[in-house]
Amino acid sequence: MAAGFPARDGGLLVDRMIRAIRENRDRLSAIDGAIGDGDHGINMAKGFGLCAERLAGEPRGLEESLRTLGRVLLMEIGGSMGPLYGSFFLEMAKAARGLDRVDGPAFLGMLQAGLAKIRAVGGAEPGDKTLLDVLVPAVSALAGALDRGEPFGDALEALDAASAAGFESTRDMVARVGRASRLGERSRGFPDAGAASCDLLLRAMTDGIRDLMKEDRA
Amino acid sequence: MQRIVNDPDRVVEEMLAGFVRAHPDLVEPTSNPRVLKARGVPVPGKVGIVTGGGSGHKPAFIGYLGRNLVDAVAVGEIFSSPTAQAFYDAIRVADSGQGVVCLYGNYAGDNMNVRMARDMAEEDGIRVLAVVADDDAASAPPDQRSRRRGVAGEVLMWKVAGALAARGASLEEVAAVAQQTVDRTRSVGIGLTPCTIPAVGRPNFTIESGTMEVGIGHHGEPGIRVEPLASADAMADAMLDLLLPDGDFRAGDRVAVLVSGLGATPIMELYILFRRVAERLDGAGISLHRSYVGNYFTSLEMMGVTLTLLKLDDTLADLLDDEAESVGLRQFRRGSPGAGEG
Repeated sequence: MAAGFPARDGGLLVDRMIRAIRENRDRLSAIDGAIGDGDHGINMAKGFGLCAERLAGEPRGLEESLRTLGRVLLMEIGGSMGPLYGSFFLEMAKAARGLDRVDGPAFLGMLQAGLAKIRAVGGAEPGDKTLLDVLVPAVSALAGALDRGEPFGDALEALDAASAAGFESTRDMVARVGRASRLGERSRGFPDAGAASCDLLLRAMTDGIRDLMKEDRA
Repeated sequence: MQRIVNDPDRVVEEMLAGFVRAHPDLVEPTSNPRVLKARGVPVPGKVGIVTGGGSGHKPAFIGYLGRNLVDAVAVGEIFSSPTAQAFYDAIRVADSGQGVVCLYGNYAGDNMNVRMARDMAEEDGIRVLAVVADDDAASAPPDQRSRRRGVAGEVLMWKVAGALAARGASLEEVAAVAQQTVDRTRSVGIGLTPCTIPAVGRPNFTIESGTMEVGIGHHGEPGIRVEPLASADAMADAMLDLLLPDGDFRAGDRVAVLVSGLGATPIMELYILFRRVAERLDGAGISLHRSYVGNYFTSLEMMGVTLTLLKLDDTLADLLDDEAESVGLRQFRRGSPGAGEG
């Protein structure tokens, strides 16, 4: 059986994302505070907290958990992040529909579907100093590693590394969309808050997948 | 944090509850707790006026719900766009069948959520036109107007468009006059102290004591320069020196002036600053048709001020002079018995 995990256990990925956002609430707000208005952590924690209430700690499958998260973010959390992440997770949920097991290509397909939607909604391009500067290289790294025939676990490491590097890369960029874009050159030197949360979310998912794969092998 | 709050995460909910109880003569709740409407909305035969934005700008946005003004408002978290659902619900409650104009400020989140809400409303067969305020002259160079933020000039856009809608104009006409108003409006702000989002608990930016930030945004977005704190007259001069050329205001023009505090500024000081603005306009041969001085569009408890100029023509002046009644703005026709401004 190819490396992967049962989709019915996939709710763990959403649980891990909720935990990551809650634990990093103040850090995200501080990053946002440098060139934004400092509420990114608050709004994200509110959205992910509402999702946790809806899921109510019951074990749920991947599709249902992602759909719940997407709906809450889209319908109940405003700002820019509500529609962007909301659309992202709803598309991931759609791509997870009907999956029994989630292996490398399946997870890649989910991320690619979410990425396509987020690009359509937000209209930003890589290099604009947004979460795309994390998501685009992270998804490419996963795709590249799987193409080279690397095992899912190794491919996830490649994703993590690209995600972390993507986040760091936003430090030297000049914001071209969103609130920080009004600063122009003065946004250089500070990382982007959306990129920070995107990096956290991706790595929370890959951590979850690694744990599920360990159980799957055991 | 010296503030009057309970749970910092519930300030918007508790503010709305208080607002609805305080002003039942003007506003009503709707089935969406993040949407308020003016009493009696939808008004049969009238184009609906919708706005919305983050909280923390009182009396904007809900303070402009009322007669000859705004019909429905989508309410966001502090400094954060309302959801697409809230904008959509606001559009639905404001529509009498004549369509709805959505008049809001140029911010990435609001643009995204309004676009999604328009798509949803159009699927229901509601015609929606949007006009985006971009009056903040300090937020981008003149050749990049699409990047400029919307600030206190939004109040004048609601006033003029709300008046025309109340006179029975069509959807296209109301949107056109709103756009014309925005195109002729320029604003700039000066910040003296930062502001604190209650749930954050501390200011997320600093303005050193003894300095002021010229061109500061409504959420503390950095301005174009930090200078030693100057006199009220020097502040007025700095703002006019930026606005007059940017908006091509010149001798013979007739303008409306709006001076708004940013939340913590004594109203007295707004008048001190306004005094100089009027003096400068007189000197430049620009006539002052109507003035608004007070807290019209604030940023929590920021100390500071915004100055907005609108270049009028006869049509805009007449619409601006129409009566209006809301929490944030009450005015009566000049020359009518007992006329006066609140």
